[in-house]
Amino acid sequence: MEVSVSDFDNLKATELRLGLPGIDAPEKPAPVSPRGSKRALLKANEECWPGTSKSLEADTSNQEAQPMAKAQVIGWPPIRSYRKNSFKARKAEVEAAGLFVKVSMDGAPYLRKIDLKVYKGYKELREALDNMFRCFSTGMEGCNGSEYAITYEDKDGDWMLVGDVPWEMFISSCKRLRIMRRSEATGMPSSP
Amino acid sequence: MTYFPEEVVEHIFDFLATHRDRNTVSTVCKTWYRVERLSRRSVFVGNCYAVHPERVVARFPGLRSLTVKGKPHFADFNLIPHDWGGFSLPWIETAARGCPGLEELRLKRMVVSDESLELLARSFPNFKVLVLISCEGFSTDGLAAIATYCRVLRELDLQENEVEDRGPQWLSCFPDSCTSLVSLNFACLKGEVNAGSLERLVARCPNLRTLRLSRAVSIDTLSKILARAPHLVDLGTGSFTIDHRAEAYHKVMNNFIKCKSLRSLSGFWDAAPRCLPAVYPICGNLTGLNLSYAPAIQCADLIKLIHRCSKLQRLWILDCIGDKGLAVVANTCKELQELRVFPSDFYGGGIAAVTEEGLVAVSSGCPKLSSLLYFCNQMTNAALITVAKNCPHFTRFRLCILDPKKPDPVTNQPLDEGFGAIVQSCKDLRRLSLSGLLTDRVFLYIGMYAERLEMLSIAFAGDSDKGMVYVLNGCKNLRKLEIRDSPFGDAALLEDVGKYETMRSLWMSSCDVTLGGCKTLAAKMPGLNVEVINERDESDEMEESPSDLGRVEKMYVYRTVAGPRNDAPDFVWTL
Repeated sequence: MEVSVSDFDNLKATELRLGLPGIDAPEKPAPVSPRGSKRALLKANEECWPGTSKSLEADTSNQEAQPMAKAQVIGWPPIRSYRKNSFKARKAEVEAAGLFVKVSMDGAPYLRKIDLKVYKGYKELREALDNMFRCFSTGMEGCNGSEYAITYEDKDGDWMLVGDVPWEMFISSCKRLRIMRRSEATGMPSSP
Repeated sequence: MTYFPEEVVEHIFDFLATHRDRNTVSTVCKTWYRVERLSRRSVFVGNCYAVHPERVVARFPGLRSLTVKGKPHFADFNLIPHDWGGFSLPWIETAARGCPGLEELRLKRMVVSDESLELLARSFPNFKVLVLISCEGFSTDGLAAIATYCRVLRELDLQENEVEDRGPQWLSCFPDSCTSLVSLNFACLKGEVNAGSLERLVARCPNLRTLRLSRAVSIDTLSKILARAPHLVDLGTGSFTIDHRAEAYHKVMNNFIKCKSLRSLSGFWDAAPRCLPAVYPICGNLTGLNLSYAPAIQCADLIKLIHRCSKLQRLWILDCIGDKGLAVVANTCKELQELRVFPSDFYGGGIAAVTEEGLVAVSSGCPKLSSLLYFCNQMTNAALITVAKNCPHFTRFRLCILDPKKPDPVTNQPLDEGFGAIVQSCKDLRRLSLSGLLTDRVFLYIGMYAERLEMLSIAFAGDSDKGMVYVLNGCKNLRKLEIRDSPFGDAALLEDVGKYETMRSLWMSSCDVTLGGCKTLAAKMPGLNVEVINERDESDEMEESPSDLGRVEKMYVYRTVAGPRNDAPDFVWTL
């Protein structure tokens, strides 16, 4: 039985995977294995150049895989492992460290701290803050509603409204969060 | 030749500066051989397996300074398996027995154990200089032994080694009586550092001129050190990151201002752009600057810094400097002799950070440029031809186009003409690394013009055996040839087997050389070690005897008077 393209799309929609619904994680191309030869040791995260310098792989799966596999020929580019390792280590450090920022809420007696790296986007962040500070809200609509505005202090020390810039840019410049009463934020009395 | 007393001959030999010259005069006659060997103080062994340590020590009993190199160059890029060899212990043991007057030891790409460092520390009462470059196998415990027992240590220089961290105590092992340090470089260490010990050590060594700190050293400690050692000439800054405290920043800047002798800066491991202005006051004096480990500093801030470095002779930088930044280098650094541009994104495919434009700009602005290492995304023949015209004084030219076999993007041609122009114009070229799309033609040019070439690195280049033969026939001074992923086979390998005895070594990996070819070479040339390195996949069953027609994955050939080595692991066959 032939499977049509539309069938594939439907199958994909019902596929079980990790990650929030609605987020389309790019699929990793299949690793290309060296053909038969005992070519150089495959390291855990390195793949061989598809085909050798002499032959060109004709099959399409390799062509799609090329942009990824292209990246990692053993010993190429010729950079000393010491240098590669020190950059890798730093990248891992930055990724592992998390991005903990303080969150204050007007009227709340104490602050909280959250790891921005844990959230995939603004929606998740708002939900998390809502859950965290629900007990302090006056009961109207929680911090997600029109009662409060979520603001943050950026690298330059300015207070900005959360949500304007792309998420990645936000987490790299956010130093702390403040859940501000709307009345303070807009200078207008809160809606009755 | 009239009679000269041996003392006079010895005195004349004192004027010979290079190893090569001393080696040459030792072959003139028996007398000269004897005079030379007894008066020889410094020996350089380019390949630790070319000669037995016993023979070196027996021949030169007055040896004071020994330099030994181990693994072949491609080991830097993980092409040589981890336990291939290059052990320093036999050398240290033999020297301990045969020349207790040893004062200096320099090792590169060797396996150095804590045991050997301890033996070294205890065996030579006059030991002054230890330099370890790209070595591995030791920990901070070994350093502790050096610190403890080398009473007159002047130089401890650790460059890019993999050192296991066993704690910060080693630095505290320098006794209070140690005041002789002139140079201390521990930048490659990854662990914590005892700041107090470091400050006290610096304070009691008035002759300290080179100090390169590791990442664990904070800027506060750096500040205190600068205050104690304003006569430093070469400084590696440590982490160099300040968090929003203005007074810490001003303190470090003020201490930098006092360092009137500072000529070379490196480190900046975690430096953020806002910290850089602290070094502005001394930029005008700098002759050397290494920012290649500071990825957080982008083009705009690099430019602001480099603008002030008009005396720069040596610059190591990341490619985020961009072509624009290199144009600033070209306009500012008229004394520049050495430039290295490293990639910040190793796997290419990212934003083209530097291209041929940057290189052309530097070549036209810096006529003294003689040494280049340049990682870029693309290169054109036209650019290389221009660079060759602008800078005929290159002695080292290493170009790495990140995408293997990439042609000239403008003409879609191979880069044969461009590299040809380089070798034709740069008559003093001693070292060359090729990249990009290249045919046999480039090797024809190299064989024809690169008369002084000593080291050639080839990757993903050439069409046929002819390419390699052009090089072997043409380059009379070739010492080291390393080739990977190129279509050179047995015919090229066996074309002129005598050539390899005039060279230090030949490396070929992922080429077309067969086991049979290697065996033939080994049989014809008993003065060479032909090593075949065969790493087995775990899935492979034990092969009975691999066929002679089978391609050899990695081959390392080197001349030797020591015969096949006795410390080779299973996967290395010496034929």
